[in-house]
Amino acid sequence: MEVFATALPALNDAFAMILQPHVLGFLVLGVVMGLCIGVFPGLGGIAGLSLLLPFMFGMEPVTGLALMIGMVAVVPTSDTFASVLMGIPGSSASQATVLDGFPMAKKGLAARALSAAFAASLFGGLVGAAFLTVFILAARPIVLLFQTPELLMITIFGLSMVGILAGRVALKGLVAACLGILVGTIGEGASSGALRMSTYDMPYLADGLKLVIVGLGIFAIPEIVALLRRDKAISDRAPLGGGWLEGVKDWWSNKWLSVRCSLIGVVVGVIPGLGGSVVDWIAYGHAVQTARDKSEFGSGDVRGVIGPESSNNAKEGGGLVPTLLFGIPGSGSMAIFISAVALLGTGSIEVGPSMLKNNLDFTYAIVWLLALANVVGTIICIAASGGIARLTEIRFALLAPFLFMIIAFAAFQSRQEIWDLVALFGIGLLGIMMRRFDWSRPAFLIGFVLAAPAERYTNQAYQIAASRFRRGFEEGIDYIFSPIVIVLIIITLLSVVIGLRQARNIQAEGTVVSGTKRAPVLFLLAVTAYIALAYWNAAVIPDFARMDRVFPVFVATVALIGCVLLLIQMMRSDETAPIFADREAEDAEDNVHSLWSTLGWFAGLLVASALVGFILALAGFLLLFIRIRAGKKWGYAVIYTACGIAFICTMAWTLNRDFPPGLLQSYVDLPWPLT
Amino acid sequence: MLKKTLRPLAGALAMSSALVATQTMADGHQIDLSGKTVEWIIPFSETGGSAKWANFYAPLLSEALPGNPTVVVTFNPGAGSTKGANAFQQMEYEDGTTIFGSSGSTQFPYLLSDPRVRYEYRDWNVVLASGTGGVAYLPADLHGMLGEGGDAAGIAGEDFIYGSQGATRLDLVPLLAWEMLGLNVEPVFGIEGRGDGRLMFERGEANIDYQTSSSFLSGVTPLVEAGTAVPWFSFGALDADGNIVRDPTFPDMPTFKEICEATEGCETEGERWDAWKAFFTAGFPAQKMVFLPAGAPEEAITTFTEAFAAIQERDDFAEISQARLGAYPQMTGEAAKTAMASATDVPQEAKDFVINWLRERYGVVLQ
Repeated sequence: MEVFATALPALNDAFAMILQPHVLGFLVLGVVMGLCIGVFPGLGGIAGLSLLLPFMFGMEPVTGLALMIGMVAVVPTSDTFASVLMGIPGSSASQATVLDGFPMAKKGLAARALSAAFAASLFGGLVGAAFLTVFILAARPIVLLFQTPELLMITIFGLSMVGILAGRVALKGLVAACLGILVGTIGEGASSGALRMSTYDMPYLADGLKLVIVGLGIFAIPEIVALLRRDKAISDRAPLGGGWLEGVKDWWSNKWLSVRCSLIGVVVGVIPGLGGSVVDWIAYGHAVQTARDKSEFGSGDVRGVIGPESSNNAKEGGGLVPTLLFGIPGSGSMAIFISAVALLGTGSIEVGPSMLKNNLDFTYAIVWLLALANVVGTIICIAASGGIARLTEIRFALLAPFLFMIIAFAAFQSRQEIWDLVALFGIGLLGIMMRRFDWSRPAFLIGFVLAAPAERYTNQAYQIAASRFRRGFEEGIDYIFSPIVIVLIIITLLSVVIGLRQARNIQAEGTVVSGTKRAPVLFLLAVTAYIALAYWNAAVIPDFARMDRVFPVFVATVALIGCVLLLIQMMRSDETAPIFADREAEDAEDNVHSLWSTLGWFAGLLVASALVGFILALAGFLLLFIRIRAGKKWGYAVIYTACGIAFICTMAWTLNRDFPPGLLQSYVDLPWPLT
Repeated sequence: MLKKTLRPLAGALAMSSALVATQTMADGHQIDLSGKTVEWIIPFSETGGSAKWANFYAPLLSEALPGNPTVVVTFNPGAGSTKGANAFQQMEYEDGTTIFGSSGSTQFPYLLSDPRVRYEYRDWNVVLASGTGGVAYLPADLHGMLGEGGDAAGIAGEDFIYGSQGATRLDLVPLLAWEMLGLNVEPVFGIEGRGDGRLMFERGEANIDYQTSSSFLSGVTPLVEAGTAVPWFSFGALDADGNIVRDPTFPDMPTFKEICEATEGCETEGERWDAWKAFFTAGFPAQKMVFLPAGAPEEAITTFTEAFAAIQERDDFAEISQARLGAYPQMTGEAAKTAMASATDVPQEAKDFVINWLRERYGVVLQ
């Protein structure tokens, strides 16, 4: 009761702070800016907050907070556009939305999918805020209960979602997940700094690949290439009327799913160290597991949109707990948020353990500003969704160069090197092959995202547990098998068993017919070769850095066993078995263009960028693509190119970014944006 | 960020600080940066301590420089800051619109002959050196076992766990300190920031930790008030003669030197002590520095030096910097040069000792 005696006045103060016209005005401004940035895949809260940072110095705290939170809150809302309409995961928060959202768009249900997503987002945000208002008072001791073994178990639970998303051949899903993990371990090991699959001669790989690049490469590029080859619009039929209202109704009839997924979002978001990267997958898995009829998942079930979207906005609220109460940022954007808060006013608000005691009113103001921003953002998004959904009716050859430009720009933000584009292209190629041979791309991505936490927490838990065991057997056991760990183990086991039993019914990426034997076998051999190389590369790490060796070796061993079993299965099965799934055979009639000529265009853009820099290469690419591939007149192509270049330059200029330079730029000094 | 769209704001700032501007312009030895954009390169991500430090200074610097240029902080992270530093090494002075902010993590690989280092501090021109300190702390029960004057003998038999970012990073200083005190500390590597180390301590998984001063003030003080953590020692600060004295931010806390003197077996002279002191001097009293690239003319160096000096003369500087930077010297001019020299010119014996220690104790081979 005593707690409430302090909480209620603080809550009251918080609302008095928020509900001032100028504060609301700044909130709306932040929301609009956030929407504009979030719409572009790969750009999110970090880019947006960096943009605001210079203005924060000495700003009145509550106005500054309104501006920043308005921006951060709506990024997971607006990136839904890219996920649903283009099949591009706009950020790590909306990876799972792609699975059902994009098939809906293809069916002409884009507006419906979008509005269901937005309604779910809004609801998730509000549930998150309401939950936090109470929970934040008791959060500190609860969060501290999550020690390293608990964090490890949550990571493993996240990995167990692979079971549901593995596709028709479970082994392929497992190998795909292991491959994702191995790609995630590329670079310097976290423990001893040993290099995996990289050398210091190529510093790019030593830092590992970034999620933006892998996410775009594995999902976006294959979809764009596939659509381009068909040379039609994204949506293969006329849009159905009344779309957006349908979506809201869809959400309403699944409101309990939405509640549950929101709570999953807040709770996982609260735990520091995991961030939001697993939340949407866990929510998606939950939506699938609790649904009675699972046959439509992966080919456009609206519940597969509502689940992840409810959770990812709620997660933002949950993520405030480690940020505000511990001063430990849950994500990159939260880290900038912390340093921006310190710039506000006289610097009197100090994020960290003293926040609840000294600034409870500000804490509540932040929580409810977040909720309010969700409301404003959703209303704007729903209003816009009908119009934006029309993008799916444009002939794709006209949309694709533009999308490629944006994706390449987003990828380049990762490290600002030409290698970003090379990596994007390479991962894109892998994604195309995985899509073609029906290897689960979600499983790959889950593996990639969770590789770092899985390795880190395994090593740390092992080290700490060893120290506990030295003190006493009982102390060691108590540390490893805490009640939370046991509960998590049970949930994980259940989820794996249920998942495997149902995986056959759930085709996360639709059905695929089988073709000939040769191509799938070749791809499997290539994957096996890479895994074997990764195994060897990790196995030769010397003993003093063994902590960096154990994890990749273990994962590669599992993967190699999987590969061998797959090979045996392939030898025994005949050509029509699902294991030989090959999309080339299925899409043969629809495809107007060959894969390699389509890829050639993008390889050309890459090579030209390396030679003359991104902007010049892009100008040539846009011009030629529109003229030759899309078959438009020169005049049209010139105007298209001019618009594209102007657009990308404006964006880079606003965000203060440069473009990848090429060989030319190392000889000649050119003015921006050609530098 | 936001190079061009900031200009209206810069204009507003120019109006408001017109007085400062006219004063400094009168000197005549300065370069005029009006209408330009100064790019401040930080070789870390947007989320680290160096980002906070640069973001603190950037708006102040914009006001203090002649012509009130826009100052934007840009980030070029990678390979523990060596990537950004290598890139800066390639740059030549053009018009004073590029500056670089280094940190202890840039200094240590340089000192330890890390193979990735292709930069040379002596080519650069230092215009600011910011110091900081560090505090080691323990859980209350372990702190209670310490002897007279913080003598570590009482806890020498304990099993210590410490969340560490890596033995070749700034963590080298506390790790070596604890070994000198005879503690049996096992570092758990792979944490992503010192905040994660504190969290590990709060969860009871780690039972020894240190934080730099500003994070100690904001993050650990509440734990001290709650009785779960007790500060043990600060690493101290350097006086004008290079002696270790009490940290001005924590005058009541003994320094590591005092603890070492109180603990049997820990010596404040000899090879090991010299190595520790050398790396402490490299990592803390001049942890973060601002440089102009190679070939900068005297006017440019003077311009930036005076600008940073002017920032510290602001009436409100003590107030606004206290929470963000702590009460540490922000050195310019000759003081900055001296600080840089002592931070980057470590005796060969000290380097050899640490390289050898890293290899034997942690199996880290730098080649």
